[in-house]
Amino acid sequence: MDQNKIRNFSIIAHIDHGKSTLADRILELTEALSGREMREQVLDSMELERERGITIKAQAVRVNWKGHQLNLIDTPGHVDFTYEVARSLQACEGAILLVDAAQGIEAQTVANAYLAIDADLEIVPVVNKIDLPQADADGTAAEVAELVGGDPGQVLRVSAKTGAGVADVLDAVVEQVPPPAGDPGAPARALVFDSSYDQYRGVVAFVRVVDGSFGRRERLLAMGSGTRFEAEELGFFSPTLQPTERLEAGEVGYVITGLKDVRRLRVGDTLTADAEPASSPVPGYREVKPMVFAGLFPTDSDDYPELRDALDRLKLNDAALQFEPETSQALGFGFRCGFLGLLHMEIVRERLEREFDLDLLVTAPNVAYRARPRNGEWIEVHSPNEMPTDVEEAQEPYVKATVIVPKEYVGAVMELNNERRGRFDHLEYLSPQRVLLSYELPLGEIVLDYYDQLKSRSRGYASLDYDIIGFRSGNLVRVDILLAGEPVDALSLIVHRDAAASRGRQLVERLREEIPRQFFDVPVQATIGSRVIARETIKAKRKDVLAKCYGGDITRKRKLLEKQKAGKRRMKQLGSVEVPQEAFLAVLDLDSGR
Amino acid sequence: MSGCARHLYVHLPFCVHRCGYCDFVTLVGRAEQHGGYVEALLAELELERARLGEPLETIFVGGGTPTFTRPAALARLLRALPRADEVTVEANPESVGCATAELLRAAGVTRISVGAQSFRPHLLDVLERRAGPDDVRRAVHTLRGASFDNISLDLLYGIPGQTTADLRRDLEEALALEPEHLSCYELEAKPGTRFTHTYGDELARQAEAMESYFELIVETLTGAGYRWYETANFCREPEAVGGRDLRARHNLAYWRGRDYLGVGIGAVSTLGAVRYRNTPRLTAYLSALADGRRPPREEERLDADTRLRELLMLGLRLDEPIELGAVDAALDHGALERLKRQCLVATERRAGAEWLSLTPRGRFLGGGVTAALLVE
Repeated sequence: MDQNKIRNFSIIAHIDHGKSTLADRILELTEALSGREMREQVLDSMELERERGITIKAQAVRVNWKGHQLNLIDTPGHVDFTYEVARSLQACEGAILLVDAAQGIEAQTVANAYLAIDADLEIVPVVNKIDLPQADADGTAAEVAELVGGDPGQVLRVSAKTGAGVADVLDAVVEQVPPPAGDPGAPARALVFDSSYDQYRGVVAFVRVVDGSFGRRERLLAMGSGTRFEAEELGFFSPTLQPTERLEAGEVGYVITGLKDVRRLRVGDTLTADAEPASSPVPGYREVKPMVFAGLFPTDSDDYPELRDALDRLKLNDAALQFEPETSQALGFGFRCGFLGLLHMEIVRERLEREFDLDLLVTAPNVAYRARPRNGEWIEVHSPNEMPTDVEEAQEPYVKATVIVPKEYVGAVMELNNERRGRFDHLEYLSPQRVLLSYELPLGEIVLDYYDQLKSRSRGYASLDYDIIGFRSGNLVRVDILLAGEPVDALSLIVHRDAAASRGRQLVERLREEIPRQFFDVPVQATIGSRVIARETIKAKRKDVLAKCYGGDITRKRKLLEKQKAGKRRMKQLGSVEVPQEAFLAVLDLDSGR
Repeated sequence: MSGCARHLYVHLPFCVHRCGYCDFVTLVGRAEQHGGYVEALLAELELERARLGEPLETIFVGGGTPTFTRPAALARLLRALPRADEVTVEANPESVGCATAELLRAAGVTRISVGAQSFRPHLLDVLERRAGPDDVRRAVHTLRGASFDNISLDLLYGIPGQTTADLRRDLEEALALEPEHLSCYELEAKPGTRFTHTYGDELARQAEAMESYFELIVETLTGAGYRWYETANFCREPEAVGGRDLRARHNLAYWRGRDYLGVGIGAVSTLGAVRYRNTPRLTAYLSALADGRRPPREEERLDADTRLRELLMLGLRLDEPIELGAVDAALDHGALERLKRQCLVATERRAGAEWLSLTPRGRFLGGGVTAALLVE
């Protein structure tokens, strides 16, 4: 295909602003042109996929529009996956910026728009959902124009639901988005912007060819990792797999590598021809490092091998997930896992529970810290228990957080940010009603319940986006929890010294509420080093009997006891204290009263 | 499996009124059916007679309100029952008049269990009891007049609105009547009852206060010369009553895991490896027995393991040790050691065997301790 006839673009949008609906409409509109034959083909190939057990999801769909090849590249819509958006954008020359006419611009809209602008993409602004009664198309168009620069009159207005205006969007993509600018004659180079794993065919790389071209059965080299393999199959999605002989400069498609180990081909790497390699890789993007860590433990310790296998398998499709074995006195054998953010953690946990049928206990998340003990070297701290007690200096990750909020909640959000050790960066009015607030905040303050607080203090109106900006020194201390005099490793936490006393107090209070009364008094203490900063006592039970038990009740009373027994089984026995799983989560929602 | 029971339970479901907290199988009124029901009971007994090992040790006639049953029907039943050493009949205070007392005495009843529940009028109202405090006193004196020398009173604690002072008064009033035996039950919010619907939340709120109530009861009654021989049951110490053992022998049979036969609607039997529960429906019960068939009943298989677990659960309710060897397979030995260290259970060697018992504090926590002791 002549590069001049190719357009590569993404749709960037805040969650629920209609990205999928617009994509569906585009597929319908473009497929309708090729008629019934096309539809039969789609069905046939789906049959084939089922037979071969291929489960590859389309990441980039090729459609034809008025003599042009359009490649629509999917982007994830969640705050944790900003970096994934960034790498998808790297494969494009343009982006549709889609904004809900009833909601207006949200923090992710802004963040993603800036990503697109940073990547030198041509932006096609579109206001969606104009059919809704509460839609404010003009107001939203004005906000969008203000954000990306330009005239509100040029902002397209569509309803992805009804299809109104969608053809105009495709025309605008063809007119405004520049064609790819690679060199078809140069040594072949392709950027791997995503990958997936198929159990029969191994790693499937999603690529954007920059220079030259790739052929089926060619030997390829991944320049970053040095991995060599044969391209078993090349093709594109339409939206089903369409194998082809060659992928040319400017085109987007997939390469089936046959590699059985995902670690051998990283997203962001550059593919080239092994026989005639390019001299330098495509400028990739920074590798993301997990910033949020949590311990994952099987509720039933017998499930440890299953958890390990499940994590191994998840990692095949999720290169960002990290894990290493961890042993807790309280929770037994498990893994300390690193995630991109809280949502990523939630997704991993849900997949483990749903797809692998595991019953898990997840400890309170913490961020990655750096610490330097007295007379020692810097170490990375992924778990509060790794934090040395005699720290000379400790550092924590900071983010630049963007909050967009109606103006009447600006005070509430500022107050929250101050409580969270935030540093004001700037404020701007997106419209007379809506304000963008920019703050620098410790990530550790965000991973707990910042988002919930933000939502509740803004009655649900605020939206948040954040980006890691680096490590900074902080006066951080480790708070330990002792139950009946014994430290419980899974409950330790790292906090800013100023907050230690109140957090310690809250935590022991929560634990006193969460841990049922035992046969004996159980002291609950929070300590820094050997200093007790808070203490509560769980008073002993004085009575625990089944009222009466005669001939007619025996079965029922036996079942009651068995139930009580089963309840005990779900508890963790820490010394002589039985602790319910929920107690380990007490650390999570401490801040409601702060 | 011996299958030979020496303990018989007879269920008389009729009541003048259904109290809000009650979840027993009861029927209100139906005077015209009392006679027919008693005939059906006797027919069922006849069908099961082979399962009884006579002479019986105990019979317990429970309800409902057995003393509310038409006197002719009640007399017919009691006279037709097999002989037994202990024959207990449950009674409500308002239905024990002189004639009934004489009827019971003449029919060979040896022990009466009177449902007093409380002596405080406002609490009796909450419970929807018909009898007042004076009815209880009168009933006990009437029974004494008919020369009953083994009377038990039931008391309830944890009634919504009950203060510590109320409970003290109840205990004083009960003790003043010098009953041979006392049963003290915590009021349970049983699912599906009217009472739970009305008072469930209040019961949950006062649960913690109930702990001190139970302590108060045990303290008061043992201080007054009663033996706390089972979690919820007390009887006068033998030395005060000429060496008589006043424990409820019928109930002891349950707690010692013995076999028993139950007849009547909703009645439960445990015979060897099977537990039966009769239909609670009167019509189905009557029509089956009218045809000479057994009433419909649920069957629960009890394997050896289950019976052993029950033996442990029931045995630990008593104040006498159980032989460790007999329940060994049901015991979690790790938990046993831990609970011994915590002074909640004790073991001792005696007469060539090892015996297991709960310490006094262990008895207050008997449910939780038993759950911990049961092996997984």
